[in-house]
Amino acid sequence: MLEFAEVSFAYPTATAPALDGVSFSLEPGQLLVVVGANGSGKSTLARLCDGLLTPGGGRVLVDGLDTADVSLVWDIRVKVGMVFQDPDDQIVGTTVDDDCAFGPENLGLPPEEIVARVAEALTSVGMDGLERREPHLLSEGQKQRLAIAGALAMGPRYLVFDEPSAMLDPAGRRSAIAIIERLAHEQGHGVLLVSHDAADVARADRALALSGGCVVFEGAPEDLLADAALLRACGLATGSMGVLGERLRALGLAVPVGALEAESVVDALWP
Amino acid sequence: MKPISGMGQYVPTDSPLHHLDAAAKIGLAAALTTALFMASGFAGLGVLAAAVAWAVASSRVPLRAVARGLGAVSFVVVFTLLANSLRWEPAVALLRIGPLAVDAAGLRTGAFFAVRILVLVVGTTLLTLTTSPVRLSGGLERVMRPLSWLRVPVGDLAMTLTIALRFIPTTAEEAERIVMAQQARGAVFDKGGPIRRARAYAPVLVPLFFQLFRRADALATAMEARCYRGTEGRTRMREERMRGVDWLVMLGLGAALVAVGWFL
Ligand SMILES: Nc1ncnc2c1ncn2[C@@H]1O[C@H](COP(=O)(O)OP(=O)(O)OP(=O)(O)O)[C@@H](O)[C@H]1O
Ligand SMILES: [Mg+2]
Repeated sequence: MLEFAEVSFAYPTATAPALDGVSFSLEPGQLLVVVGANGSGKSTLARLCDGLLTPGGGRVLVDGLDTADVSLVWDIRVKVGMVFQDPDDQIVGTTVDDDCAFGPENLGLPPEEIVARVAEALTSVGMDGLERREPHLLSEGQKQRLAIAGALAMGPRYLVFDEPSAMLDPAGRRSAIAIIERLAHEQGHGVLLVSHDAADVARADRALALSGGCVVFEGAPEDLLADAALLRACGLATGSMGVLGERLRALGLAVPVGALEAESVVDALWP
Repeated sequence: MKPISGMGQYVPTDSPLHHLDAAAKIGLAAALTTALFMASGFAGLGVLAAAVAWAVASSRVPLRAVARGLGAVSFVVVFTLLANSLRWEPAVALLRIGPLAVDAAGLRTGAFFAVRILVLVVGTTLLTLTTSPVRLSGGLERVMRPLSWLRVPVGDLAMTLTIALRFIPTTAEEAERIVMAQQARGAVFDKGGPIRRARAYAPVLVPLFFQLFRRADALATAMEARCYRGTEGRTRMREERMRGVDWLVMLGLGAALVAVGWFL
């Protein structure tokens, strides 16, 4: 279990804390989405998960390991994989497979094991056949999938995504979220997904909303999606399908609040 | 704008030279350099040039790619030729242009130096044309490994080189994007003399450096998150090694090259 207990954090140069008394927990196999307006502390929360930042108050525990304990930090980073917003900021290798091997190489694993892990990670993001490709020749969507594979090759139990689809086009976004969902629900990783997209919220098991560094909502994604004022405060747009769903609900039709894509609205109307 | 990419970039054709270990190729490039500087006459230079030409032919790399490397040094070659062959009012001359003249001895010296540079550039370009960046930095790391006894951080240097190679295309793309953004706002890059043109690039360099520093910071964080803690205890997925045939080729051909330089 990845657990935040009354976590506070302030950047040394800032006057107000970036996070203030945040508590929640994440189980393996669960997809938790974190939303909030710009500057509400989402990235700070993500960086606290694997000890890139350590809490000023409270504790962050990863399977019982405290991120504040410097002797545990590498064990924790093996357990918690990170994927950031811009894939170009995290690809180190000059080819796809070399980049994917970077993490396992750092762990000092034997070459045969690295080869096996790289192949498995690339397969699970659908990048087989691109092993020798140079990163700058990949599409943005492929780059982001490579970044995910790089995190997977470390063999993590938890994965933290900080707005992984912010740089992607709609198609890349859909394929990224499909992979992320599969990692949680089929492969059993505990996934924390920071997102600005209401469609991601609809696919999550649980949702957490931040405002000014405090948790203002924790619960079922449907409840968050049903709260229009909170959604606006978090800078989440539900898009045209969200508006359509709202109007249909006003007419008495049973369209769930989580139906934010044309397909799911159609499915709700004609089951 | 394509100033950075292209020159000496790896061409993944399949040839014996591609299969030769990177460290062996670095050894051969060193032997070629030594031989070129030892050779005292056109005979030696000719044999070395022929050897390099043979290597180019056997590498199956398109001549266009080799020529691109030469384009970049053509100015140096022409300058060398002129600087050595032009004389001020000599007694005898092949050709006179006012007080300036070309004399036979000067032309010989100029041609000798120019050919030496050409052969050197083609030979070393061939190294990067036939070796992938990963193998090249791996090979350099193995060649430099003895220096770690002198506390030179060889592993970190190799990692730095790998990252630099990885980011050359990304940086070129970024520069291109900034140039286009500036052009859209009315900046002009292709008019005026060289000084004016150079000055037009100042507003490009500032945002480019800003981007690079931001990226370096983000990359360092991402590397830390993937457990990078220096090269100690690190393993490699492809641990490359000099095989018997690599040693044989390197020592055999290397000795032959140096012998040519020594005797001819
Ligand atoms: N390195 C830093 N130094 C000082 N203050 C910072 C730093 N990074 C973030 N902050 C501040 O901390 C607060 C939380 O920032 P954070 O990056 O966690 O927000 P966010 O929710 O990820 O925002 P966004 O949606 O823009 O990514 C903000 O007020 C921000 O200005
Ligand atoms: Mg953020």
